[in-house]
Amino acid sequence: MKPAYFLLHLKKDLHLEWRSKDAINSMLFFALLVVVLFSLAFDPTQDASRKIAGGILCVAMMFAAVSALNQAWARELRNQVLDALRMTPAPGASLFLGKAIANFAFVTIVEIVLAPVFVVFYNLRAVGNGWLLALVIPLGTWALIVNGVFFAALSIRTRNREMLLPLILLPIFVPALLGMVMACSSILTGETDPALWIKMLAAYDVAFTTLGMMLFEVILHAE
Amino acid sequence: MTSKIAELEEVSKLYGTFAALRKVSVSLERGRCYLVLGPNGAGKSTMLRTLAGLLKPAYGRVLIFDEAGEGVDPMEARGRIGYMSHATMLYDEFTGVENLRYFAGLYRGRDCVAPEDALRSVGLDPALPRPVGQYSQGMKQRASLARVLISRPELLLLDEPFSNMDIQSAHQMLRLLETFRTEQRTIVLTTHQRELAEPLADWVLTLDAGALVSFEEGPYTKAQKLTFAGAAAGAGAR
Repeated sequence: MKPAYFLLHLKKDLHLEWRSKDAINSMLFFALLVVVLFSLAFDPTQDASRKIAGGILCVAMMFAAVSALNQAWARELRNQVLDALRMTPAPGASLFLGKAIANFAFVTIVEIVLAPVFVVFYNLRAVGNGWLLALVIPLGTWALIVNGVFFAALSIRTRNREMLLPLILLPIFVPALLGMVMACSSILTGETDPALWIKMLAAYDVAFTTLGMMLFEVILHAE
Repeated sequence: MTSKIAELEEVSKLYGTFAALRKVSVSLERGRCYLVLGPNGAGKSTMLRTLAGLLKPAYGRVLIFDEAGEGVDPMEARGRIGYMSHATMLYDEFTGVENLRYFAGLYRGRDCVAPEDALRSVGLDPALPRPVGQYSQGMKQRASLARVLISRPELLLLDEPFSNMDIQSAHQMLRLLETFRTEQRTIVLTTHQRELAEPLADWVLTLDAGALVSFEEGPYTKAQKLTFAGAAAGAGAR
């Protein structure tokens, strides 16, 4: 795969999002709502916050990302742009990787905006190595995005694609979700070592990114 | 001497139980223009999409030939085929030149036409700041043709290229297509405006209910075509 193709796709997706801000706005609004509503509904103490915060953050990001991933290929479908892309000599893997990294960037922006709000509303202070969150959250986010972009492409030719994506994606994402939640909780509470969960997340990411890149050409040219 | 560029051998295409193409066999030569006619639902678009490699035939096979006469599947000949459909196949949010720059980048390593020149050749201003989504239907058609042209394809597949176009723009497009044919490129176009495209056609194919019912030589002689090209050039200039 030539990096030039992938950079071209990435630049195009970032450029389109910069113009419309559709994905970032919808994700940010949704994730903020979940975080604020959970905080008001449970009014957790600091100890309780440390235990549940990882789960709430991951689930909020997951649902927000799914809403954006459902639209990940919408622009390519609108004017049959995908057919034009299929006819170019550029490899499908570069399109997939460009789209995945662009969506990863959108979700990361939302996470960066969300982080201070989360700390304030849940009165959080990590007991463990807080800096490890900067490793765990991107690893978990990539696991969600790489599968989301792949399965969104798989479901674009189906009639109920908006319903189909979470149905396929979420069961496959469960191991990564578990790893992300457990690693976040370990870091926030400082009770256990998160190393095993981080390694598991990294292995999951490598495996699913490789599979996605290998199989995307088949998905792209399927009728 | 002319050589084959594409061939459909007993091609059938099914959508569920509906046969959109039924055992269609056609051989297309380089530098020729083929006009595909037929009523709605006759299989014209399906034939073009099958030639483009966007649809796989249920039976039969499609081959695209190189200069040496070696035939490959259309998907392996990507980059040598240009396909223009009813839709623009462009991003609505980008301007014409932004769209074309993106697509030109995907044909890296090929001798591409500069996006600005491609837009000028179809009568669009490359400096137009409007996104394609705000173009008129005729402008969208022209921008779509410009996208097809940037990769200098050997085989041009044009599905209803004159729809939504005013007569002057249609003549301008015909004049452009005439120059492609003289460059030994093959054009296959479908249209309901027979009178408009017929002067360009070397061969006229008629499809009905997915079957090829006639394959006839175009009604215009070479001399008449040259006269037509001159007249179209005049109409375009006016």
